[in-house]
Amino acid sequence: MNDVSVNPVAAPAPAAARERSKMEVKDLRFYYGDSLALKTVSLKLAERKVTAFIGPSGCGKSTLLRVLNRMYDLYPHQRAEGEVLLDGKNILSPAQDLNLLRSKVGMVFQKPTPFPMTIFDNIAFGIQLFERVSKGELSDRVEAALTRAALWGEVKDKLGANGLSLSGGQQQRLCIARTIAVRPEVVLLDEPCSALDPISTSKIEELIDELKAEYTIAIVTHNMQQAARVSDYTAFMYLGSLIEFDDTDKIFTAPTDRRTQDYITGRFG
Amino acid sequence: MQEHIVASFDEDLNSLSQKLAEMGGLAEQNVADSVAALVNRDTEKAQRVIASDERIDKLQRQLEDSAVLMIARRQPMARDLREIVAAIHIATDLERVGDLAKNTAKRVMALEANYGSHRLVAGVEHMSELCLAQLKDVLDALASRDLASARAVWERDNEIDAMYTSLFRELLTYMMEDPRNITFCTHLLFCAKNIERIGDHATNIAENLHYLVTGTALTEARPKQDATSMTNVPYRES
Repeated sequence: MNDVSVNPVAAPAPAAARERSKMEVKDLRFYYGDSLALKTVSLKLAERKVTAFIGPSGCGKSTLLRVLNRMYDLYPHQRAEGEVLLDGKNILSPAQDLNLLRSKVGMVFQKPTPFPMTIFDNIAFGIQLFERVSKGELSDRVEAALTRAALWGEVKDKLGANGLSLSGGQQQRLCIARTIAVRPEVVLLDEPCSALDPISTSKIEELIDELKAEYTIAIVTHNMQQAARVSDYTAFMYLGSLIEFDDTDKIFTAPTDRRTQDYITGRFG
Repeated sequence: MQEHIVASFDEDLNSLSQKLAEMGGLAEQNVADSVAALVNRDTEKAQRVIASDERIDKLQRQLEDSAVLMIARRQPMARDLREIVAAIHIATDLERVGDLAKNTAKRVMALEANYGSHRLVAGVEHMSELCLAQLKDVLDALASRDLASARAVWERDNEIDAMYTSLFRELLTYMMEDPRNITFCTHLLFCAKNIERIGDHATNIAENLHYLVTGTALTEARPKQDATSMTNVPYRES
């Protein structure tokens, strides 16, 4: 139960290293203006696995997620150094087409963010942005996405209703449907259940379990039991550093680093 | 270890440890008393052992109830989770130790008019001394979370096993010599087996303590010397 070194570069965990990695973060440093929010983070997201990021508020986990599809590009004074490889290609390169990147790396946020349009259009909008499809195919794609997101049964009779008229849990599943409708390869979930009741949370967790057959998933969550339930690998971050990254089963039963242990058992001062 | 942000969680964990300590103390006492009753043919003492086992059973149920409640209420992780799981296992071991002491005490009642050689009883007594030392050491290790002494207990169990095997042979021989010894020797054999089992529970507790502290199992092969399941003593026509 010794503290491992204070070296901010955590060694890649052996288990995740065995898997084929879909995304690889290499010596990533991230700045908000002058302040360093990620201090040389390196890790791999295993393909078709769920990787959870946990840590106290301000530890950099959401920042890391936002780098994975360059969401930060929308803001001035925010910049990333290092490399983030998607299938071996550095997405931080200025040559990277951002729209293409975001169609491959989809994101769902903490608060449901449906567009103020019909349920149908919420899904169709994204598809039409990237592809030209016939009306019939569009309907099929919308139905498929809503079915995958376990929402079809609840909305099939009111596809013309406004997306905002749905309950919080339904809105969140609508956002997940919207994300997977464009057939991404990686799905980033930033506290997707923090505003949801336990039943909706269970539905999202069930969904994550099904989605990982096709997608590589990264999830940020403050709910440790959720991380333990849904993920294959867990990364514990603290003060902008990756402290421990290992099999989820190991992290939650016998973590190596004292700080991980203190955090997950509720001993952080 | 640093305290939890939620102080009542620490109180809950402490109360688990206290219950285990109380169970351990009672179990130790009952093992010692049951053997003393056997050696001194003291049926009153044997009765007291039988009666006091109820207290151990009750503590085990209480400990299990509060452990289950803690899992439901706190959703423990990492070492906290291991503390609770280990406590449940250790309580089960201690409850079994109590049962075995009680079984020895019952045999003291059954043997009342049937006592045989004191030398054989002394053999059982000697075994029990070793076993009590093991039990004491492992309970001390548990209280202080001392891995090294837990490991020492774990490695030392083969001495009890070896003693048991030799006592087993001796009792078999004795029974062959004179069938009138059979009742006494059979009871005594079961008493010895009880003590050997108590030694095994002490090693189980050591294993659970190891898991609690490190998160890994004590898995290396431990030298086993209880060879009685493969032992026979050939009958010689006299």
